[in-house]
Formats: sequence, structure tokens, C-alpha cells
Amino acid sequence: MSERKIILSAKDIEVKFRVRDNYLTAIRNVSLDLYDGETFAIVGESGSGKSVFTKTFTGMLESNGEISNGSIMFEGKDLTKLVTDKDWEGIRGKKISTIFQDPMTSLNPIRTIGSQITEVIIKHQGVSAEEAKAQAVEIMEKVGIKNAANRFDEYPFQYSGGMRQRIVIAIALSCHPEILICDEPTTALDVTIQAQILQLIKELQRDLKFTTVYITHDLGVVANVADRVGVMYGGQIIEYGTAEEIFFDPQHPYTWALLSSLPQLGEKGQDLYYITGTPPSLYNKILGDAFAPRNKYALKIDFVEEPPFFKVSDTHYAKTWLLDPRAPKVEKPEVINNLHEKIEKMTSKGGAFYVEQQQ
Amino acid sequence: MSNSSNKEVLLSLKGVDISFAKDGKKFRAVKNANFDIYRGETFSLVGESGSGKTTIGRAIMRINPLSAGEIIFKGKRISGKISKEEDMDVIRSIQMIFQDPAASLNERATIEYCVSEGLYNFHLYKDEEDRIAKVDAALESVGLLPEHKSRYPHEFSGGQRQRVGIARAMIMEPELIVADEPISALDVSIRAQVLNLMNKFKEEKGLTYLFIAHDLSVVRFISDRIAVIHLGRIVEIAETEDLFKYPLHPYTISLLSAVPMPDPIIEKQKDLVVYDESKRDLSGPKPILQEIRPGHFVFANDREMAEYEVKLQQMEKERAELDK
Ligand SMILES: Nc1ncnc2c1ncn2[C@@H]1O[C@H](COP(=O)(O)OP(=O)(O)OP(=O)(O)O)[C@@H](O)[C@H]1O
Ligand SMILES: Nc1ncnc2c1ncn2[C@@H]1O[C@H](COP(=O)(O)OP(=O)(O)OP(=O)(O)O)[C@@H](O)[C@H]1O
Ligand SMILES: [Mg+2]
Ligand SMILES: [Mg+2]
Repeated sequence: MSERKIILSAKDIEVKFRVRDNYLTAIRNVSLDLYDGETFAIVGESGSGKSVFTKTFTGMLESNGEISNGSIMFEGKDLTKLVTDKDWEGIRGKKISTIFQDPMTSLNPIRTIGSQITEVIIKHQGVSAEEAKAQAVEIMEKVGIKNAANRFDEYPFQYSGGMRQRIVIAIALSCHPEILICDEPTTALDVTIQAQILQLIKELQRDLKFTTVYITHDLGVVANVADRVGVMYGGQIIEYGTAEEIFFDPQHPYTWALLSSLPQLGEKGQDLYYITGTPPSLYNKILGDAFAPRNKYALKIDFVEEPPFFKVSDTHYAKTWLLDPRAPKVEKPEVINNLHEKIEKMTSKGGAFYVEQQQ
Repeated sequence: MSNSSNKEVLLSLKGVDISFAKDGKKFRAVKNANFDIYRGETFSLVGESGSGKTTIGRAIMRINPLSAGEIIFKGKRISGKISKEEDMDVIRSIQMIFQDPAASLNERATIEYCVSEGLYNFHLYKDEEDRIAKVDAALESVGLLPEHKSRYPHEFSGGQRQRVGIARAMIMEPELIVADEPISALDVSIRAQVLNLMNKFKEEKGLTYLFIAHDLSVVRFISDRIAVIHLGRIVEIAETEDLFKYPLHPYTISLLSAVPMPDPIIEKQKDLVVYDESKRDLSGPKPILQEIRPGHFVFANDREMAEYEVKLQQMEKERAELDK
């Protein structure tokens, strides 16, 4: 891993928002290195800071927010120092592109699909209108729009939700980004279309070789796409590692809780596991481990002192006092023990999620 | 388990067609839907976006008119014209929970008002004291506190708002709840909370649910029986265990393959089964929904039925081997 090229490096990022006369701290000293060509997934509950953190990569924080500490190095530049749209030119929407959850908010309802794609191509590549149209049709076909040339002049409302999301992807990719940020690209879609979109992004990534950051709270999606995973809670990344490490050898009790509440693991007639209590208030200074008040495995120290990252392997780190050599030995919950064996059983012949492959 | 003869049918759809006018043409959003929901069960409707799930839910709520067929509730027809009295009874007995908890609550009303609204509309309380007692009890049943009454919806988390939506429905003491994707917009952990709550009411009050969703992993956990719908057509109905053990219709199989599993090794080597009707052999007479085993229905013509029968016997044989 250490030989791989780092494409973006965020260090000690802190983000504050001003709300009336108050400040809330949405991101608390988060660091992350993104490797060239990888797929990194960020998971965590609503409000944990996934969107805010990645918005700092493109300078898209709302005007009441600011990066109050840290640096984000990309191609030799510190992105936290960029201010005006002019500073961001050539980076935002070009080298770093974002796809949002709701395709409708990213498309203009009263302009044709074709003109919205060509606009981006012309802006970023300075090619002729004719050349842009040829490229647009090609990319529409690439994202799976059949008859692209014929559908070029249609409006967004003439496309289904899944097709609109494909167009948003086409627009994001039409400027050949180095980093593609997908902020819950499929939560608004149903599972069949979701699965197809995920496959599409993977294929395009293989062809066009960009780095992808996925934001989601669906761990099934993470398992499908991610090389590495970062788990966020209360404005911090509290654990990160390869996808296998996070699913099969999770260390932070919050990661345990997240995995345990999956309906796929539920037994009929029994309650599903869920996390009690509420997320921490971001207005106050958070003492210790932010998850402690909701964590049945919390130690005394969790309430007073913030844990450092402990190393689990070269690629796997977790911010929990349970990894301190002095901590008592705690086993992860039974439901997520031997997860691979369990899921393998569910998906092989005789299991609930076995699917016969078609001949 | 599949002996349905001694169960009471609470709601039944008979030959239901629902059409909309689209671009000047008639568009059949629901095509000849037939199913029964038994008292005390959770009956789920799964299918992709636009397949007609909400349209069916809204028809049961008497919002969408039928263009053919009828809907029977407790032995009485509730579709089409009914008396004012019957209408009141239906509106009370069948409650709906919506996908988006925020959109279904009046942002400018307090929680107390949101939850009391149905009581006001139908004068279902003796006096103020009685109304407040009912609101408190409904809030308590969903794990909220009396002190939450004076708050506004935006002061709650998504999961709490969804629970307010459930309290609002529960206070009417309904017999049937139509839950239209009540958890799709929620976080994984809050989802779990809401699913548990729905199960609790089913056990404690014998409540019946029509649960609408697009994700089979959630549906498996919560349902007694499942109907799979594709482009307005119900293609398979079975008890939950049977549907997962013996899925027959190719669309059911594609839905099953799309369930994301929390395992990177398995997920990464998974092959998607994409359902493409144009690639199917649709020759032979018109298909209809037919019972292939007690309680297990599949949309097929006689040729397809014969094929499904062979496949099903094969699966049953394999299952028997596995169970040995
Ligand atoms: N413009 C803003 N002003 C004030 N607070 C904000 C603003 N934007 C975000 N926040 C707060 O920052 C925190 C992190 O928000 P963020 O949108 O990153 O969450 P998220 O993890 O993406 O959640 P979700 O899964 O719901 O999208 C939340 O508490 C949110 O309310
Ligand atoms: N009032 C209406 N007028 C015209 N067409 C409608 C109306 N309501 C629904 N439709 C159409 O009927 C079809 C079924 O829609 P419905 O909302 O029932 O789908 P759904 O299965 O609930 O989908 P989703 O999972 O996206 O909620 C769609 O093609 C939709 O566009
Ligand atoms: Mg977000
Ligand atoms: Mg719907």
C-alpha cells in the first residue's frame, strides 16, 4: 500500500458552521489519504459528517461554514487555501467531480439532456459544438442509454429516475475527472437499478481509471464497491481499513453496531439490533469517545479522554480504547461473528439469499 | 403454516385495474391485481420503482379510483361509491404511514396537534382529558415522551419523526396499516428501530400491515407473505419462506440477486441477474396468476407452468437432500 501514489491528502481537517450566534463543529480533525485509482467508501449515520467532509475537497461548503483547521493537498496545491470560483477553476467539476443523491437537483428540468452534457464538455475542453455532441452521445451510450442520439434532445422528465442518475454520471464523467465523489448516488433508486448503477460506475472506473469516493449508509453497497472503508461518527473517522478488514475484523464498537443492525442479519420473530440514544450534539465540546454514551462496551476512560488511533494492521486503524493493551478483552457481538461464513451460507444453495445462476 | 382456510380475510383485491391518462392515452398502472390479506399478518408488496405499489396502496385508501375490479374490506366493498358512514369507518380503520416522515407531518403544527389530528377530525374523544391521555399513550407506545408534545417536527431526528407518523396512525386504533416504504429514507440503525416497532404492534394489537418496499432483505425480515409486482402486474405471491426457498418467476430472481449483502468477498464476485422481458419466450396462451403449490402463486401460462413445475420439483428434491 505504501508504494501506491497518494492522489489527495487531507490532514487534520476541522469544519465549523455558524448557526445564529453559535458555532457547531461538524468535522473534528479528520485526516485521510486517497490512493490513485482506489474506491474509498465513507459510511456512518445521518449527520456524522460524510457530506461536509467531502465537500471540502471541492470548496462547496455552504457560506456559513469554514475549514477552521487543516490542509488538503492535491497536485501540489492546498485546496483549503482556494477561495474564489476562479481559484477553483480546473479543479471543481473538472478534476474533482461530485454526483449527488437526487438526480433531479443536479439537472435543469427545462433544458434538454443533450445540451446539459455538451455544456460541460465545451466548458472544460473548449471543443466545438459538433465535437461536443459527438462526445456527449458517446458518453450517453457508455452509461447505458440506448438510442442515445435519438434521446439527446429529450428533457429530464422524459427519463426515469434510474436513467436520470445515469445522465448525472455522464455529466460528471464527461470532463474526465481524476476523483469522482459519489454522495449517496443510489439511495433514491430501487435495488435493481441501484445494482446496475454501481456496476456501471465500476466499469467506467476500470476504463477511465479515476479514483472514487463513495458516501453511503448502506453497508451492502460498501461491500459491493469499496477497496477501503472509513467509518464516520460524530464528525470523525473512527475506523478505517480494507473492506475485508472492516467487515470481517471490525474493532470499534460503533462499527460493530452498524453491522449488527443490518436487516440481512435479522432473524424473523426477533428484534433487530439497533443503536439506542441519539448522536452527540455538535455544539458542545465532545469529551472522550463520542460514541461512549450509546456504547454498552464503553470503558471509564471513554468518557473523559479521546482515544488515539491504534494500529491493527498496516492498512487498518481504529480509534477505540478497547485496543489499548490495558483494556479488558471484549468480543464483538455474536451476530457479526464469522460474518463471512454466515453470509456464505445465506448465499449458497439452501440459503435464504441463494440465487440460481441462469443457464 | 400454509393452511389459510382458517384465517380471516381482512382485505381483498379482486381483479383490480387502475389506469391513468398519460399523453392522451390510457396507461394501465395496475393490471388485474388479485390478492387477500389475512388479519394479523404482514403482507408485503415488492417491486421496482414505478411498478404500481403506491398506486395500489392509494386505491386501498380510497384515493385512487379503480377502473375495474373491487376492493373488499371485512366482507364489504369499499371501492367505488359507498355510504358516508362506511366511508368514515374505512378512513378510520385503514391508516397509512408514508415514506418521507418530514413530508407527511405539518411542519408548523406541534407534535401534539399532529398526533391528535385524526381524533379532532372524527371527534374520537370524550373531552380534553381523554384526548390528552390518548396522545400520551400513543406517544409512549412509539417510545416518545409526553414532554415531546409541545415540540415541532423539525426538532426531531428522522427516526423520531417516523415514529410520530406511526403514533399518528396508531391513535386511530386502525385494523390495517398501509406502510409505503416507511424506512427507505432512514438510516440503517433507525430502520431497525422502526421495523421492531411495527412488529411490536402486530404482536400486541394483532395489527395487519400492507408493507410496501423495494428491498427484499427488509421484506424477508418483516413479512409473513410477499407479493412481487412488475410493471403493474403481480408475478408471484408466496409465504416468505417459500418465496426465498423456491423463487420461480425470473423477475423475483432478479430482485433476489439485487439484494446487497454485507460481505465484500461475496458481493464482489456476484453476478447480477437482470430481468429483461424482451428476452423471454412469451409464446403460448395469455398467462394468468396460478397456484402452483398451496399459497404459492405465479404468473404463467400453461407452458410456463409446466416449466415451473419441473423446476420446483427439482428445487424441492434438492431441499429435501439438504435437510437430511
Ligand atoms: N450549512 C450548515 N449549517 C449548519 N450545520 C450544517 C450545515 N451543513 C451541515 N451541517 C451539520 O453538519 C453535520 C454533518 O452533516 P453532513 O451533511 O455531513 O452529514 P452526513 O453524514 O452527510 O448525513 P446524511 O447521511 O444525512 O447525508 C450535521 O449535524 C449537519 O446538521
Ligand atoms: N396520479 C397519477 N397520474 C398519472 N400517472 C401516475 C399517477 N400515479 C402514478 N402514476 C404512474 O403509475 C405508475 C406506478 O406508479 P407508483 O407510484 O404506484 O409506483 P411505485 O411502485 O410506488 O414506485 P416507487 O417505488 O418509485 O414509489 C408509474 O408509471 C407512475 O408514473
Ligand atoms: Mg450526506
Ligand atoms: Mg411508491
